[in-house]
Amino acid sequence: MPEDPESPTTVTLDPGPDRVIGVGHDYGTVTDKIGGVVFRPFQNTPRQLFIGFAVAFALVNLLLVAVTWLFVRGVGVWGIMIPVAWGFAIVNFVWWIGIGHAGTLISAILLLLKQDWRTSINRFSEAMTLFAVACAGMFPILHLGRPWLAYWLLPYPNTMWMWPQPRSPLIWDVFAVSTYATVSFLFWFTGLIPDFATMRDKAGNKAAQRIFGLLAMGWRGSAKHWARYQKAYLLLAGLSTPLVVSVHSVVSFDFAVAILPGWHTTIFPPYFVAGAIYSGFAMVLTLAIPVRRWYHLEDLITMRHIECMAKVMLGTGLIVAYGYGMEAFMAWYSGNDYERYAFINRAWEGGYWWTYWLLILCNILIPQALWSRRVRLTVPLVFVISLVVNVGMWLERFVIVVTSLTRDFVPSSWGMYYPTVWDWSTYFGTIGVFLALMFLFIRGVPAISIFEMREVVHHTVSHPEHDLSTEPTHEH
Amino acid sequence: MSTDVNGAEQTGGLYGIMAEFDDPEALLYAAFRASSEGYRDMDAYTPMPVEGLSEALGFRSNWVQRLVFVGGICGASGGFLLCWWMTVIAYPHNVAGRPLNSWPAYIPITFESMVLIACLTAVVGMLALNGLPQPYHPVFNVEEFTRASRDKFFLCIEASDAKFDSETTRHFLQELNPREVVDVAL
Repeated sequence: MPEDPESPTTVTLDPGPDRVIGVGHDYGTVTDKIGGVVFRPFQNTPRQLFIGFAVAFALVNLLLVAVTWLFVRGVGVWGIMIPVAWGFAIVNFVWWIGIGHAGTLISAILLLLKQDWRTSINRFSEAMTLFAVACAGMFPILHLGRPWLAYWLLPYPNTMWMWPQPRSPLIWDVFAVSTYATVSFLFWFTGLIPDFATMRDKAGNKAAQRIFGLLAMGWRGSAKHWARYQKAYLLLAGLSTPLVVSVHSVVSFDFAVAILPGWHTTIFPPYFVAGAIYSGFAMVLTLAIPVRRWYHLEDLITMRHIECMAKVMLGTGLIVAYGYGMEAFMAWYSGNDYERYAFINRAWEGGYWWTYWLLILCNILIPQALWSRRVRLTVPLVFVISLVVNVGMWLERFVIVVTSLTRDFVPSSWGMYYPTVWDWSTYFGTIGVFLALMFLFIRGVPAISIFEMREVVHHTVSHPEHDLSTEPTHEH
Repeated sequence: MSTDVNGAEQTGGLYGIMAEFDDPEALLYAAFRASSEGYRDMDAYTPMPVEGLSEALGFRSNWVQRLVFVGGICGASGGFLLCWWMTVIAYPHNVAGRPLNSWPAYIPITFESMVLIACLTAVVGMLALNGLPQPYHPVFNVEEFTRASRDKFFLCIEASDAKFDSETTRHFLQELNPREVVDVAL
């Protein structure tokens, strides 16, 4: 098995932007290649993975320290105060949950649209969703002040005779986020069952065989099982598609239902959803580009995948730009003083004007480079742009949450918000949790859907006329 | 762990006879031939879903979508009733003089509950209908069967079939040009 990264047989050539899979792959080779990532001996794990995990794990420990201090002293250790009571916790919550959305988009919506470039990035986008939602879910709970009472958010019979208020978007959020986390897990796990069976049958030692066998639940690839499996999978995709739209709409209701200028806007639901997918695709690229290089997966995650993701990023980025434009336009067109002031405050009057322009630079100006095919096909540039968009989308949430809150209706209640070291520690700590889980996932579970790659192989073998590489390229 | 006739007899009983194919098209053809030959108790095993294979085996099932539909209805009505009961019966709370039964505000929770219960039903229902988790199955007795999760395609005619006869069935499968025909011990 060519699993040694230094061996010449693994120096795979990227088949270029027109193919979703490298030349010469058959059912066996895709199985071995993807399974080989997991079955590679521990000491042969790419060095970058060890370094990455070490950094991420250090950040996890930082999070533990920050959270412990928070539990000891209360939310006062953060920079939050009145009027800015939401601060970083909610900025980070919205940022993380948005990142998760690309995973569901790739696994569900692109499945329904029969996009061939979905396969081979769907599995780890789903994992990304799962881990991003885990990070997101932490923040509202930590922000509660008394996080040990978080279960009060759920409707359950209690001796206080109290019930949650279902007219409040904050309770919609509880239902939306917990449903989203559960469904993302189901989607991810269902997709993994046949691959666990493959891993069980490939396992070299008893322990691995037992673990994968347990997870595969006795899957044997029966045609009757596949028939029901595909129906269930399709239904999951069909249900996840409106779910993903609803989740970020509900998140945006947290703001839009409030009357605060800068929040009280009808454009928020679609603009939040587009922003979520925008940041999510940026994160998929941020993760996929190093992983394909470290594990030499250029023939499975090809330039076609990267180019398509770059295009989706450009498209959703333009929708987000429209959202910003509309906010500015409505500030002027509505004739509402508070609405107008909220924009003036955001763009030059307030203390955070520079975050607004940095956000415009990161989310609108720099990603325009993706119009050029040459940029889309230059991996380092795409990687840098994806990082820039991640930063930009975080700034967007900062501008919405913090800048709007600092100056509401009455000047006497205005105030500036400054994050403390514990705000930053908690934020970077969750990035550590996310990356550490991602690194463990890549090492322990097939990070590319093996059975779906076999379908891609079958498709290219039986329908060579559909092979894009035989068609002339249209754009230059 | 026996894969030949004698071995199967030694361990007492035959689950069926299995043929191994190199590609899905050959398996699809074999499945068509076997069903037109009159075999009913059989199954095919493939490393990925093969379009038309379950139909070729004469298998039809609409239960997954029916269950999901029922699950969705239960989730939606449960979610709505929960909101209604909380605001109207259990904890009536006057918010700005609005009616207690403020149903438009219940829609997000109704929708999320629908998706949650429908998705849980889809996965649990699919597994239950497939009889999973199932720790043991006779097909795993075939040594070569580990490749059913890798790159080979199998058709197994089961001994429970009315037309099954170890000699003629074996002969029939061999005619389909498989890589190999083996007995599956029970």
